Amino acid sequence: MAAALRVVAAGARLSVVASGLRAAIRSLCSQPVSVDERIENKRRAALLGGGQRRIDAQHQRGKLTARERISLLLDPGSFVESDMFVEHRCADFGMAADKNKFPGDSVVTGRGRINGRLVYIFSQDFTVFGGSLSGAHAQKICKIMDQAITVGAPVIGLNDSGGARIQEGVESLAGYADIFLDTSYLFITGPDVVKSVTNEDVTQEELGGAKTHTTMSGVAHRAFENDVDALCNLREFFNYLPLSSQDPAPVRECHDPSDRLVPELDTIVPLESTKAYDMLDIIHSVIDERDFFEIMPNYAKNLVIGFGRMNGRTVGIVGNQPKVASGCLDINSSVKGARFVRFCDAFNIPLITFVDVPGFLPGTAQEYGGIIRHGAKLLYAFAEATVPKVTVITRKAYGGAYDVMSSKHLLGDTNYAWPTAEIAVMGAKGAVEIIFKGHEDVAAAQREYIEKFANPFPAAVRGFVDDIIRPSSTRARICRDLDVLASKKVQRPWRKHANIPL
Amino acid sequence: MAGLRVGTAALVAAGRRLPRQLMRSAAPWALKTVPHYSKQRLTFSRSLGSVGYDPNEKTFDKILIANRGEIACRVIKTCKKMGIKTVAIHSDVDAGSVHVKMADEAVCVGPAPTSQSYLNMDAIMEAIKKTRAEAVHPGYGFLSENKEFARCLAAEDVTFIGPDTHAIQAMGDKIGSKLLAKEAKVNTIPGFDGVVKDADEAVRIAREIGYPVMIKASAGGGGKGMRIAWNDDETRDGFRFSSQEAASSFGDDRLLIEKFIDNPRHIEIQVLGDKHGNALWLNERECSIQRRNQKVVEEAPSIFLDPETRRVMGEQAVALARAVKYSSAGTVEFLVDSKKNFYFLEMNTRLQDPYKSFGLPSIGRLSQYQEPVHLPGVRVDSGIQPGSDISIYYDPMISKLITYGSDRNEALKRMEHALDNYVIRGVTHNIALLREVIINSRFVKGDISTKFLSDVYPDGFKGHTLTKTERSQLLAIASSLFVASQLRAQRFQEHSRVPVIKPDVSTWELSVRLNDEDHSVTASSSGSVFSVEVDGSKLNVTSTWNLASPLLSVSVDGSPRTVQCLSREAGGNMSIQFLGTVYKLRVLTKFAAELNKFMLEKVAEDTSSILRSPMPGVVVAVSVKPGDVVAEGQEICVIEAMKMQNSMAAGKTGKVKSVRCKAGDTVGEGDLLVELE
Repeated sequence: MAAALRVVAAGARLSVVASGLRAAIRSLCSQPVSVDERIENKRRAALLGGGQRRIDAQHQRGKLTARERISLLLDPGSFVESDMFVEHRCADFGMAADKNKFPGDSVVTGRGRINGRLVYIFSQDFTVFGGSLSGAHAQKICKIMDQAITVGAPVIGLNDSGGARIQEGVESLAGYADIFLDTSYLFITGPDVVKSVTNEDVTQEELGGAKTHTTMSGVAHRAFENDVDALCNLREFFNYLPLSSQDPAPVRECHDPSDRLVPELDTIVPLESTKAYDMLDIIHSVIDERDFFEIMPNYAKNLVIGFGRMNGRTVGIVGNQPKVASGCLDINSSVKGARFVRFCDAFNIPLITFVDVPGFLPGTAQEYGGIIRHGAKLLYAFAEATVPKVTVITRKAYGGAYDVMSSKHLLGDTNYAWPTAEIAVMGAKGAVEIIFKGHEDVAAAQREYIEKFANPFPAAVRGFVDDIIRPSSTRARICRDLDVLASKKVQRPWRKHANIPL
Repeated sequence: MAGLRVGTAALVAAGRRLPRQLMRSAAPWALKTVPHYSKQRLTFSRSLGSVGYDPNEKTFDKILIANRGEIACRVIKTCKKMGIKTVAIHSDVDAGSVHVKMADEAVCVGPAPTSQSYLNMDAIMEAIKKTRAEAVHPGYGFLSENKEFARCLAAEDVTFIGPDTHAIQAMGDKIGSKLLAKEAKVNTIPGFDGVVKDADEAVRIAREIGYPVMIKASAGGGGKGMRIAWNDDETRDGFRFSSQEAASSFGDDRLLIEKFIDNPRHIEIQVLGDKHGNALWLNERECSIQRRNQKVVEEAPSIFLDPETRRVMGEQAVALARAVKYSSAGTVEFLVDSKKNFYFLEMNTRLQDPYKSFGLPSIGRLSQYQEPVHLPGVRVDSGIQPGSDISIYYDPMISKLITYGSDRNEALKRMEHALDNYVIRGVTHNIALLREVIINSRFVKGDISTKFLSDVYPDGFKGHTLTKTERSQLLAIASSLFVASQLRAQRFQEHSRVPVIKPDVSTWELSVRLNDEDHSVTASSSGSVFSVEVDGSKLNVTSTWNLASPLLSVSVDGSPRTVQCLSREAGGNMSIQFLGTVYKLRVLTKFAAELNKFMLEKVAEDTSSILRSPMPGVVVAVSVKPGDVVAEGQEICVIEAMKMQNSMAAGKTGKVKSVRCKAGDTVGEGDLLVELE
């Protein structure tokens, strides 16, 4: 308390001193160190965080310091720091000692710009008490968050902390958390606790490494090679997002003609309906400049999600991936998709859905795991979304999974079918086996079923698709639709919040 | 896609046109009794020379093209010009391919393997009957030299557009054709052909001819199974191998032992004959640039031949054509030694097949494809389009690129430019090699032989070697691209309530990594011009900086370059096709590069060495067995589930330790399928 008072007093004195006389006055002062020098010293100390030795240790681990990360992420010279002088207030266990005080404490906060766009940022400093969360640390983060909300700018959190409590809160605010491959771990309880409670032997990497969280748990959305790669990609990713939920999806200068025809799509769907193809090929050739920022590329790979641009405007893309598990929907892909759809809807990002789905994955594992409950999340998310929704059925759209994939019935704005589309309750073989059980001429029945249902017409005559389009015209059609849908407004009756089936 | 190639062969053609009188002499020959197919030939020759056809002449109403790809497309194109209806045949995997789309009708003749489709004579005869085609154009390869097929057609009174069976038969046999050539007073390579009793006899023959000699099975085509012997021991070895191969592969014991011509050039003469005994020659093509006896680059006229040699070669070629009553277009191949002695090699009784494929089969999907046909003096013959699948079943040659010019230099320059402007993405190709060959000083001087590629690239072709200037240019272009994309990233249509304040950076300090070397670069831009300083030297780079276009025309200090940016990642990695070769670079700001030094070297990723079934299903096929070495991404097995076939690929390169499933097995989710070591 006394220390704090002294700072205020010193500050007051400074304000009345004319700058030209400062040196003279300093020499007359009885204090051993002038206020200016103390300010300088504190700033210098803050810039060094936990000190050179700890910075070197951080580098040796292949990690950057909190400040280096900020400098790399933000436009050069744009960082404006706040709370550089904040120190922790803990007095127990000798923490009050000067050697345990670090100006700025274990987090660096402030604001800056990425490609000219405003962003608030906090970056935990592992060199100060392992980046652990103190009261002061939390207070600093809350301060910039409050400011960000008042001006309508986002917050980016760069986490590097031994303390686990902060993560949950941060993640919800930052929207997406990026963790770095090989140098990062994320878990609720560490390997030692796991061993003592469940008797499992597990390493940090296995329990909460980048690979675990990007391929198995779905906790992290992307993993990168290292800090530099991650931060460069974060700059790229940031450009896809609006600054706040009050802003429309950003439109960046685009060199790719919006009416570009894509002849390669006319042959992409194989003639045999059992043969797989890569949905990413379709996505890449439709969006601007083949530039696709995929989210969760290694988790539930039977559903592809990510951001792209159409005529410069950010869009969210959801597509079944026929290459993986035939593109069917299962628990993990449903949850992955649902989260993404809601993210896009929350931030006014139009949704483009490419459908080739043979159904929900059958089996006890899925049923016991609650596929109905989880599948409903994706259905709910699409139904609830009020952003422009354009859907393209490339091949299979079977059964309940067809409904779920941003169908007309979930209020898709524009729903297209390619000539190869088959919109039906199920595939011909399965259907015939049920309808004509024990029947003599199954082959003929199957042919009849294919003739009747394995094409886009039944859906088109009922208006479930708005048009049957040539695949090569897909990009031009979507760009045109998005221009029209830019002014889309949906009024929903007031409610406290929607009740997604969690 | 690793390790796959597509042959893109190139022909460099200079401006020499066909002699006028030659074409005049061709005109009467083209008319009258065999108007149908001679016209076909003439149109072909027009592309080589300058002759039109008479639109009033009678033609076939409809022909069937018993081929696929580039040649089928070329024939169909000509038919369209002549008002002839066309029928394409195709295998099931080719149903969506270009030649099928171009033709008026198409008939599927079987599944993918050629033996069941393009070589399936029964199905093709059926297709001919069904479509009532009056004639068949065989293209090259497949059934073009199959006398049985020609006979079947004759029996059905369908015209075979090509030489008659007699000629095919006469020229199809190496020994027979050589005897015929000898009789027709065509220069032949001294040698022996026939049944060789034993190794001793082989040695005696070899000594008579004089070393070095070449030994091969008479029935084997091209350079297949060819062995060269420089002494008695090697002759014995060669005899053993070749006689074994002759018996096992061809069921024909005869061997060919002949003088081996060291450093020969491969020059061939195109001939045309009709059914009235007329025959003429159409100058030569030099095809010395070969790889594994497959042609890579062709040139016409040959820089090597003098008018006299050309005339003698042409006359001998015509003599041979007359001797076999040749009544079609054909090619007489000669080997030419350094003293311009030439020897008859073989005669191809078919449409010229100038650019056979080479390299490994390339499979994949052409994600982007753009031919440089907008350039002057460029012709592209291809049978593909964006989105085409290059399948494992067929010849990986995807296209032929031809440039013309008023002189050799112009034709070569245009070839260089055309190769730079050729966009092929999704499959590997040999543009880099082709471009290197045509700018190679030995090639430019005309100092070539069939050994050119193995001489110039003894350890295999590894891409272009940059000079210091070229390296600076590449670094300047990459840096400019990086800055252009960084600047573009700041250009938003402003809708946000917080205004955008663009960073005020006038000079970009960069560090560019190329071939494990870091280069300091400073770049500043004014409009479309970048001033770039690379390792101390200054360059001006101008372009439209269109970041969407696959081709980028750049001017570096006034010298024009066409580059292709194949990929550009947020982390600074780029790959740029420059001077034909693809270079990988990493562009970072100087600051990022400083920090990048702290990043740990990436340890080899521990990809899972076990492959588990991702879902319940049935194993349809297992393509590996224990002990096999598999490459990352290689198919290990196929699982059918959801009535869909899922190809399971190796997660890493390694040796197969155990295979825990077999075709027909039903597997559950998570079941172990294959273990790698």
